[in-house]
Amino acid sequence: MLELNDIHARYGAITALRGISIAVSQGELVALLGVNGAGKSTTLATIAGVLRAWQGSMLFEGRSILGKSPEQVARLGISLVPEGRDIFPSLTVEENLRLGAFTRREKSEYRRNLNEVYELFPVLEERLQQPGGTLSGGEQQQLAIARALMSSPRLLMLDEPSLGLAPALVDQIFELIARLHQRGVTILLVEQNVNRTLEIVNRAYLMNTGLIVNQGTPQQLRAHADIEGIYMGVRRQAST
Amino acid sequence: MINLEFIINTISLGSLYAMLALGLVIIYGILRLVNFAYGELIMVGGYTMFLLSGATPLPWLVISVLAVGAAMFTSLFTELVAFRPVREKSLTAMLITSFAVSTLLQNGALLIISPRARAVTLPQIFQTSVMIAGTSVPWRNILIILTCIVMLTLLTLLLRYTVLGIALRAAADNFTMTRILGVPANTVISTAFAISGIMAGIVSIFWIGRSGSVTPTIGAPPLLVAFVATVIGGMRSLTGAVVGGFVYAILISLLGVLLPPGLMEFREAFMFVFVIIILLFRPEGLIRSKTSVERVG
Repeated sequence: MLELNDIHARYGAITALRGISIAVSQGELVALLGVNGAGKSTTLATIAGVLRAWQGSMLFEGRSILGKSPEQVARLGISLVPEGRDIFPSLTVEENLRLGAFTRREKSEYRRNLNEVYELFPVLEERLQQPGGTLSGGEQQQLAIARALMSSPRLLMLDEPSLGLAPALVDQIFELIARLHQRGVTILLVEQNVNRTLEIVNRAYLMNTGLIVNQGTPQQLRAHADIEGIYMGVRRQAST
Repeated sequence: MINLEFIINTISLGSLYAMLALGLVIIYGILRLVNFAYGELIMVGGYTMFLLSGATPLPWLVISVLAVGAAMFTSLFTELVAFRPVREKSLTAMLITSFAVSTLLQNGALLIISPRARAVTLPQIFQTSVMIAGTSVPWRNILIILTCIVMLTLLTLLLRYTVLGIALRAAADNFTMTRILGVPANTVISTAFAISGIMAGIVSIFWIGRSGSVTPTIGAPPLLVAFVATVIGGMRSLTGAVVGGFVYAILISLLGVLLPPGLMEFREAFMFVFVIIILLFRPEGLIRSKTSVERVG
C-alpha cells in the first residue's frame, strides 16, 4: 500500500532522513520506533507532504506521492495525526470533526463516520459545542484521532498518540489503536513506548539518526535487536 | 458636545474603520502578512467609480457594486501573480512584494490616469441628511452603519456555518494542519483575499464619498487606520479588528471635541499616544488570541 524507497529529507538542521525504506501493506499495523531525533516524525511529515523529500521514491497504492502537497496527499486517503495533536483550539469539537471530513462530501458517509466516532469516543458527543482548546489533553488526543477518522482514511498515521497522557489514558489509546486495526484500518504508528507498541503491532522498524537500523515482527525484534541498546547508546553518547 | 449626532457619527466612523480593519486582518490571520497594498484596493475602487460615473450612464448603485467587484478582482489578481509565487519562500519576501504591488498600482494610476484628484459623482443621498430626534444626521453615516451590520452578519454566517468558513478559521489557528486535512491552501488564501478586496471596495465607496474625489495616493490614510486599528484590537482575531476599529473611531472623535482648537492639528499625535499606552498594557492588543503563532511554510 505504502512504499518508501531510499528517502532523504531534511527538517531544519537537526533531524534528517538519510535514505530510509519502509513498506506498509493493506490492513497492517506497523510502528516506527526510536529515540527523539531518530527521524520518526520527519518520516510521517514527509509522507504527509508537509516536508519535501529531495531524493528517493514514495509510492501510495502504486502512485507516486513524492513532491505532492499535504492537501493532495490527504485527498488520496492518507491521514496524519501529528505529535501534539494540533486540534483547532478556537473551533468547536463539531467544527473540528466537520473539517476532518473535508475530503468527504457525501452526507451519508459523514453521518456514518460521525456515529462511529461517537461510539468510539462518547465524551466528544457530550462536548460538541465546546471549543477544542477547552478540552483536556486526553480528550484533545481523542478529538485528533476522531478528526482523522472522519475522512475514512485508507492509511492512518499516528505520531506519538500516548505522549503526555496519564497512564490510564495511555492504556485507552493503545486499546483504541488495536481496535481500529481490528476494524481493518491500516495504521502507521510512531511511538516511544516500545513495549506497549510491540504488544499490538504486526511489524516495526527501528530508527536511529535518520536510518532504519532494524526491522521485523515483534518476536524477531525482541529476540535479535538490541532495543534497549538503542536507547542506552544514545544516553551514553549524550552523557559523554 | 457629546450628543446624539456625535454618537451616531462615531458609530458610523467605527463601522467604517471596523470593515477596513477586517479586510487587513483576514489575510494577516492566515498568512501573517500585513498587506501593504491593501490601501491601493480602495484606490482601485475609487477610480472604478470615477471612470464609470464619467463614461457611462449607469446608476450609482450599479457603479458601486462594480467598484467593489474591481477591488475584489484586484485583490485576487495580486494574490495570484504576486503573492502566490513567493509564498513558500519567506514572510519577508511577501512583505516586500506587498510594497512592490502597492507602488506598482499607485504608479499605474499616476501614469494612466493623472496625479491630480479626479472627481467622483456622488448620489444625492450622500449630500442629504435626515432629522433624528431633533438632530440632523447625514444619510451617508446611516448607510455606513447599515452596511457594516450587513457585512458583519454575512461574514459571521460564512465563518460559522460553511465548510469554507470553518476552514478559514482553522487556517488562522493552524494552517499546516488545515492542509493536512485536505483543505487546499490556495482555496483558503484566495477566499481571504476575496473577502479583503470586498471590504476594501465597500470602504472605498464611503471613503471617497466623503471627499468626492480620488487620487493615486488615496490608499495611504485608510491603510494606516486599518493597521493601527488592528494593532489596538489584536492582529490575530477578527473580533479584535472590529473592536480596534471602534476604539480608534471613539478615541479620534473624542479628541476632536475635547482638544482645544490650537492643538487640533496634533490630533493624530495624541491618538498615537493613546495607542502606545494601550500597547504598553496589552501588547497583543485588546482581544487576545488563544492560539500560538504559526504560518504557512
